[in-house]
Amino acid sequence: MKPYWAIFKTRCAVMLQYRTAAVAGFCTQLFWGLILVMLYQALYHSSSGPKPMTLPQVISYIWLGQAMLLVLPWSNDRDVMQMIRDGGVGYELIRPVRLYGMWYSRFLATKVVPMTMRSIPIFLIAIPFLGLQPPASSPAAIAFAIAMLFGILLSTSIVVCMNILFFWTVSGEGLSQLLMVFTFLFSGTYIPLPLLPDWSQPIVSFLPFRGLMDIPFRLYLGQLPVRELPRLMQGQCLWIIFFVLAGHLLLRRGLKLVVIQGG
Amino acid sequence: MINAIKLWGRYARQAVRSQLQYRASFIMRVFGQLVLHALEAVVILALFDRFGSIRGWRLPEVLLFYGIAHISFAVAEGTARGFDLFPRLVKSGDFDILLLRPRSTALQVSVSDFQLLRIGRLAQGAAVLAWGMLTVNVAWYWTHLLILLSALTGATCMFYALFVFQATASFWTVESLEVMNMFTYGGVQTTQYPLEIYQKWFQRFFIFVIPLGCVTYLPVVALLGREDAIFHSPVWLQTTAPVMGVLFLLASLYLWEFGVRHYRSTGS
Repeated sequence: MKPYWAIFKTRCAVMLQYRTAAVAGFCTQLFWGLILVMLYQALYHSSSGPKPMTLPQVISYIWLGQAMLLVLPWSNDRDVMQMIRDGGVGYELIRPVRLYGMWYSRFLATKVVPMTMRSIPIFLIAIPFLGLQPPASSPAAIAFAIAMLFGILLSTSIVVCMNILFFWTVSGEGLSQLLMVFTFLFSGTYIPLPLLPDWSQPIVSFLPFRGLMDIPFRLYLGQLPVRELPRLMQGQCLWIIFFVLAGHLLLRRGLKLVVIQGG
Repeated sequence: MINAIKLWGRYARQAVRSQLQYRASFIMRVFGQLVLHALEAVVILALFDRFGSIRGWRLPEVLLFYGIAHISFAVAEGTARGFDLFPRLVKSGDFDILLLRPRSTALQVSVSDFQLLRIGRLAQGAAVLAWGMLTVNVAWYWTHLLILLSALTGATCMFYALFVFQATASFWTVESLEVMNMFTYGGVQTTQYPLEIYQKWFQRFFIFVIPLGCVTYLPVVALLGREDAIFHSPVWLQTTAPVMGVLFLLASLYLWEFGVRHYRSTGS
């Protein structure tokens, strides 16, 4: 475990350097969140009748989404892609650690640090001023934290898969882009998932992307009861296992494509 | 001027040809773009499915806004790519090379890159706009089309100007100013709905500071024969408002020239 921990730590140190980017991102997301909040306020004011979520819940959901935006499996590490393109991946193979584990810890750090830097200030501003409710109860808060942790692990396993797809330059790029598109819609970033049409709900709750944001958020809001946590986590874990296995498989096949020239 | 346009055309052709070299990859990525942005339209459909209307605006009307926002942003983003990447040019000191050439710097930067890829966004925007035009309750006289065209032109100029402003800032900051994304990407998000659904301060901001409302909201209100719920402006003002886009672009280019004079190379 030790080398993976070391990789994780150094990568965290690297990511901590991007503080101005964090400030810019913070402003952008506040602005973005405000636009969405106003949109939903307008929508709720122009329609009566029962809705799957109340307006305060939707507003909280939006701010949680902005705070946790970087959980989404964006392939935000250009280095690995570059490595695959220019053959630098050869060096990675020399190292006495498993390639998958190394990449996993690397991506985990690339995710965790910017996410923390982004989410804390948004929580600090959104709870007192912007209508983000505090967690429904203290068990709900704990359930949120646990589900969020699994969401991060799930996201990382998806990102690693997406990056391994770059071994197949052309089709891989398209596929990983398509995967990203689906995460947007089915994680709850664009629209709180309960607001999607009722007929689509079974599909939405089957897909893995709900585990990234929607599950933790609804636990936080108390919309999903805490006693559901084991069942929800089970779903998240199954998808993590799926993506980790798929990643291993893809990596093994991808590495067969690598031809190393020079010495 | 003629010479400049010819030069621009030549660069554009060059860029298109080079990006079509890897055709399979290109088609795939355009498709990806198309699906990505089509999902935004899907979200609007889902919202209208759930809520029916938004402050008295029905789906076909909102689709017009959506179409205008996405088409104009796609055109601006595709052609202003050079300005988007400009901070790198400043950072590396390569801007010096442009200064040596006997053509305006704005022209040279604008032609330094084109993104044909944005055709994906353009296509879905156009499809949504067409759908909106067919379903909305308007008899399309040529005056209506003219207003629509002026809105599209004005909005494209506006977004282009925002990219120019963003690039100009890097004469001073050297870094790229990502905060501006708030107004570019945030601007598209805002203008895909009628401006009147937002709060007062926000409406004022997008009318007086960054007049995106002048190039989308006001002309569409005139087009639909609705009442302008923000200012109750007269129709002649609504139809001429898109001129603001052109003025905004001219202002940004003026500021650009000012920035160029201020420029101090980072290179040796």
